[in-house]
Amino acid sequence: MEKDRPRAMHDLGGVPRYMCDAVDTEPHELTGFDREVDAIRQILGMKQVMSVDELRRGIEALPEADYRRLSYYERWLCAITATLIDKTVIDEAALRSALEQAS
Amino acid sequence: MIAPGTRVRVRDDWPETRGPCHIRTPHYVRGERGTVLRHLGDFANPEDLAFGRAAPRLPLYHVRFARSDLWDGGGPAADDILIEIFEPWLDEVAA
Repeated sequence: MEKDRPRAMHDLGGVPRYMCDAVDTEPHELTGFDREVDAIRQILGMKQVMSVDELRRGIEALPEADYRRLSYYERWLCAITATLIDKTVIDEAALRSALEQAS
Repeated sequence: MIAPGTRVRVRDDWPETRGPCHIRTPHYVRGERGTVLRHLGDFANPEDLAFGRAAPRLPLYHVRFARSDLWDGGGPAADDILIEIFEPWLDEVAA
């Protein structure tokens, strides 16, 4: 039965507001960006730098506003970035300066 | 190990209210009663894997719930819901 408990933003099973929306079962066309993010995650997994479980935790830890704003693979990329900074695989200042140089 | 057919109650626990976590036991099933259908094998605990920690292997079960126990409303009376739940989330209860 519906529980009077805070709900994590990804944990939506049985939420009534979705009952009137048809489920979109159409395949989604992947963009080049999507494929690159997926490839990065696979490489990190193969090299045992970061697991799918860590990816999921990172996605679930995004601020809710970001979670709602970002596309599926944008969430992945933000979660990967935060996890790699957290694990000191990459340095946040170095990442920022690389991004500034790239833009 | 929990035998098939055992009545269980899912722990009424809310780790997400205590801090960072990653759990695989849905919001809507916590505190509810169901029946263990089968042991699916033992798997590394995703609650630890999510933090890159050493993860003990835990029994994972298919647990069957009557849909009417989880939600009111329409649908066939015989509808049920099958969920994969790790052993620490389950307490055996009297049938």
